Amino acid sequence: MTQLALVIDLNVCVGCHACVTSCKQWNTSGPAGYMSDDNPYDKDPTGTFFNRVQSFEVGEYPHTETVHFPKSCLHCEDPPCVPVCPTGASYKRPQDGIVLVDYDKCIGCKYCSWACPYGVREVDEHLKVMKKCTLCVDRIYDTALPEAERKPACVMACPTSARLFGDVHDPDSEVSVAIRENGGYQLMPEWGTKPANHYLPRRKTRIQIHDDELLRADNPLKKEGRKPRVVIDEHTLDDVTSW
Amino acid sequence: MHPAFSVIFLTTLSGVGQGLFLALFTGQSYAALGLVRVNDSPTFYTVGSFIALLFLGAGLAASFFHLGRPERGWRAASQWRTSWLSREVIVLPAFMAVVFVFGLLHYMGWDPNIIGADNPLQGQLSLFVGMLGALICLALFVCTGMIYACIRFLQEWHSSLTVVNYLLLGTASGFTLATAYAALYAPNLLTLFGVWAAIITFAGLISRSASLIRNARIKYKSTLQTAIGVRHATIAQSSQGLMGGSFNTREFFHGASQLMFKSIKWIFLVLVFPVPLALLWAGMNLHAPALLLAAFVVQYLGLIAERWFFFAQANHPQNLYYQTI
Ligand code: SF4
Ligand code: SF4
Repeated sequence: MTQLALVIDLNVCVGCHACVTSCKQWNTSGPAGYMSDDNPYDKDPTGTFFNRVQSFEVGEYPHTETVHFPKSCLHCEDPPCVPVCPTGASYKRPQDGIVLVDYDKCIGCKYCSWACPYGVREVDEHLKVMKKCTLCVDRIYDTALPEAERKPACVMACPTSARLFGDVHDPDSEVSVAIRENGGYQLMPEWGTKPANHYLPRRKTRIQIHDDELLRADNPLKKEGRKPRVVIDEHTLDDVTSW
Repeated sequence: MHPAFSVIFLTTLSGVGQGLFLALFTGQSYAALGLVRVNDSPTFYTVGSFIALLFLGAGLAASFFHLGRPERGWRAASQWRTSWLSREVIVLPAFMAVVFVFGLLHYMGWDPNIIGADNPLQGQLSLFVGMLGALICLALFVCTGMIYACIRFLQEWHSSLTVVNYLLLGTASGFTLATAYAALYAPNLLTLFGVWAAIITFAGLISRSASLIRNARIKYKSTLQTAIGVRHATIAQSSQGLMGGSFNTREFFHGASQLMFKSIKWIFLVLVFPVPLALLWAGMNLHAPALLLAAFVVQYLGLIAERWFFFAQANHPQNLYYQTI
């Protein structure tokens, strides 16, 4: 069974919000209707987003590190938001594991947002229905697009390739390999929601270099530098060889 | 959580309606068993059912204000297999229908003996409908309570005490109203209702205090560490990715000052329990319906505060992601 998901590399994310804006651009222009904003260019701007980038400071000064943390629906394998929905508007697609909201059925009761521990569902204040990340379901299967572009808008936009997209149930997919080899983890594992999206942790890339590796003992250039001197009191090759 | 007045009114008003109906049914059962004198006022149960229906209807109306798309509300009945909210949406109108039939049977005086013609038990059909109503009424309390109790990461709510509190507090307010109503129109039921109202209010005090004590000792399972998956003792948010607020900052924080939050707790503890108990006692001893009515009004106002506090106290794990602008 397929489970599409994002893998987000916190080691690479620079917090530029390109995924946020490209997500909003793609999804507000889509057939599912706009994502409403209030006061976009004014005091107290607010609006509906599927994706947010947050920043956290880890450690104590001066030993701190800033972790940029993109957050969107994790497409949980056991999504607590789905069974609570009274209308069936929230559902998980069996064919690819994407969790979606049917905007034509949703009554805007907000119960599903209470039942998501990650705070990734947002009510659209004007369309009055619940909205959340769709993994660009209207994009990834669009055969009118070139194959390389059949990816979520955020993945396409990320300038540092911090976002990978693929099937986490296929052990050989790019995302599964990344999770396996780079210590990919899930958010709030304590609730048993089994998020499909994974995060790759901060990793220190260091190489061990010893002095003798910087100063190569067997450097052929250096060898040539110490030119062999002619030892007079020894026989030369010419002396011992009979031509 | 942000307390929404639509839900506060839905749960408190329907609690009154349910409790009032349970009181009427209790009164009729006691009378049928000969434990209290049979009512002289034939319209007592009819008007009582009508008042219960008014409260239930007002609660139902309030619930529509909670919906973004009330015109699609009927769809909410479809997922009763998995959703307690859906179950409540079915059980509330069903309960109202039974209360209506109960009132109608009393109004028409249509009460054939269904157990047997020679059975001395009076009003068998309405008693049967009343019993059915009482069962549905309990189911409705369970549905309402479970809507909150079933969300496991809202740890303040995830407890059987939540359901017990909805049951006891709703029933208490209904019995208090029934006491005032009986003082005016059915004095033979006054003591019965009054004593039960006091007992249930006292039981509510115990269970609500138990949940307050439980909630004060909660250890939250989610931390900033599990929320972003970074294992370091010191993590502080420096940006939540937005500046003017969002659904997440409006829906999940109560936004009241700590002082107001604390005072509402004490306000409801005083208004729901000791004041109505004292007024009930005084009203019954002095035969003063006005005092009994005051007991109900005070208790109901207290329950609005109680419900506000119930929502405000619940701490959603998503708040971990929304600490700083
Ligand atoms: S992250 Fe939240 S909204 Fe998305 S599937 Fe999981 S519980 Fe549902
Ligand atoms: S807001 Fe919409 S999707 Fe969410 S639980 Fe209510 S009806 Fe379902």
